Amino acid sequence: MRLEPIANPGFARSTLPPVLAIAATVLVASLLAMLAGANPFAVLGLILKGAAGSKFALLETLNRATPLIFTGLAVAVAFRARFWNIGAEAQLYAGALMTIVLGTGALPWGAATLLPVLALAAMLAGALVLLVPAILKVRFGVDEVVTTLLFNFIFLLFISLLLEGPLKDPMGMGWPKSERIVAEARLPRIVEGLRLHWGFALALIAAGVVWVIERRTTLGYEMRAVGLNREAARFAGIPVNAVLIKTALLSGGLAALAGFSEVAGLKGSLTLDLSPGFGYTGIIVAMLALLNPLAVVAAALFVAGIFVGADSMSRAVGVPTYLANIMLATALLLMVLAILLTRFRVVRE
Amino acid sequence: MDLFDILLSASFWAAAIRIASPLIFATLGELICERAGVLNLGIEGIMVAGAFAGWMAVYSGAGLWPGVAVAMVVGMLFGLLHSVLTVPFGLSQHVVGLGITLLATSSTYYAYRLALPEVTSPPKIAAFKPWEIPLLSDMPMIGPALFAQTPLTYLAFVVVGLVSIVLYRTPLGLALRAAGENPAAVAAQGLSVTGLRMGAVIVGSGLMAVGGAFLTMSAFDSFFFEMVNGRGWICIALVVFGAWKPGKALLGAVLFAAFDALQIRVQQTPLGADIPYQIFLMTPYVLSILALIVMSRRAEVPAALMVPFNKGER
Repeated sequence: MRLEPIANPGFARSTLPPVLAIAATVLVASLLAMLAGANPFAVLGLILKGAAGSKFALLETLNRATPLIFTGLAVAVAFRARFWNIGAEAQLYAGALMTIVLGTGALPWGAATLLPVLALAAMLAGALVLLVPAILKVRFGVDEVVTTLLFNFIFLLFISLLLEGPLKDPMGMGWPKSERIVAEARLPRIVEGLRLHWGFALALIAAGVVWVIERRTTLGYEMRAVGLNREAARFAGIPVNAVLIKTALLSGGLAALAGFSEVAGLKGSLTLDLSPGFGYTGIIVAMLALLNPLAVVAAALFVAGIFVGADSMSRAVGVPTYLANIMLATALLLMVLAILLTRFRVVRE
Repeated sequence: MDLFDILLSASFWAAAIRIASPLIFATLGELICERAGVLNLGIEGIMVAGAFAGWMAVYSGAGLWPGVAVAMVVGMLFGLLHSVLTVPFGLSQHVVGLGITLLATSSTYYAYRLALPEVTSPPKIAAFKPWEIPLLSDMPMIGPALFAQTPLTYLAFVVVGLVSIVLYRTPLGLALRAAGENPAAVAAQGLSVTGLRMGAVIVGSGLMAVGGAFLTMSAFDSFFFEMVNGRGWICIALVVFGAWKPGKALLGAVLFAAFDALQIRVQQTPLGADIPYQIFLMTPYVLSILALIVMSRRAEVPAALMVPFNKGER
């Protein structure tokens, strides 16, 4: 077989493959639910209800989507320039760490000064964590996939070391847990009484800002050029290495905001289970959004909904919650294939 | 016990070879894929799936060797999925690979929960026992290290030789390497680049799964979550360290495992007691990165690695 580009894809050609991909994902989930001895319609219904069936469920989904928007943006920005940042998890923890170090009383300021300073410091920390693999890549040609992946393990052990050493809460009853941040370092709720903090609004703003950077600035143009064809970009006089470094700084900073928002908006302290893999899930979010920063918001809501819905479904009927991860992996693989098939036709030889 | 005593103890080298075994299988698997031009980031998940599948087969009553075969087949199925998406369809090898890792890991955990819903501690199986080779295993130092291991470890060394011979001494190996260097030339010879690459990914993924199965069927005797713990990613680093050559990759895996065995032992010395244990746990990952920095300068990356081949496109 061979792939042949389609000059003018029609309506059916551009909508059918993605629709079929989603249908196939639902089918896979149904089969797995049946395998677990449950009624597939009930399982899917419970996932929907758990994700958006009540005000509480919806707020939970928005809360879960918040870190995913940040990590999704971080991955989208990096992948757009074909810089494979698989280390958003480490950068997230770097942001969380900075928020704890500066937010537990080190800076005697009011919330209006303290919160922006914490956010910026967190971004700086995340950017620095990704700067190392970026420099290794442009300076020594070391593949960033492996280095960013391995950094996740190294950084989590580093956090564990700090939580059992200098950052350990003396009142923590022996648990590896940091002190709580001061009241001024807490992100307030958007509407009093509703469990949704300003981190979500910050995530939406970040998506808008990233969109503007990508579409309306020279850096955005250069990032896309580097991603499309590195050699051509170099030939056109674009400083490829400098663009890659800038991309890495932006990407690391965005991922770190996820850590800042989780600590300052939700948890208040740092533990080793702050992130259940938000950094890795950000890759799925970014790919489902086709690396478009505005679509990242929608994709993050979708992914968060599946996770929150599956949690509540699992509590109700006992189908393992890993069903959510399988659905997302299936959706990811089928969607990249579907998108290809909207532009290419398969020719038999 | 100081450093010197550790390095001269037979148990240290035996441990190093044992720790190296799963890495040897998985590194060779990845090496075959990359030599044919496909980066397989599904490795981490495929190792998890292999670890579970082999163990589960034995737990359900199969023999140990059939269990290894089950693990291999499961790995090959994930390899088939990976190769269909990345070879004929030419989709991003990064995205597909990470997707396969997620799919393999989560479906393994799902299957585990379905198969054993009520257990708090995973059940054990009767794992592979060491085969002591008469006379040879009595040699000082290298006897226990090389000739008193479990059969899967011997198999790992056999596979290294086999892969070297196939890659460098057979027409198939030549075609496979050419598919990763200059696929257009392979197609011009009338050979199928698609077939070669898909075959390499499927076989390679099978080896990765056997590497995973080593953990549950030889190194330990039960399956638990997070047991692969980044070993797959380390194997990707080992392929680069080994400059895409089986012999050097073997050397890299043994060296790496020796450091790992060393850090475990140093942790238990008075000196090690003063150092936070996380520092020791970090060393394998840090070493992998350092090795990459040293080797990346002169490594000869397969020229068509990560470059999809669409016949008829010039």
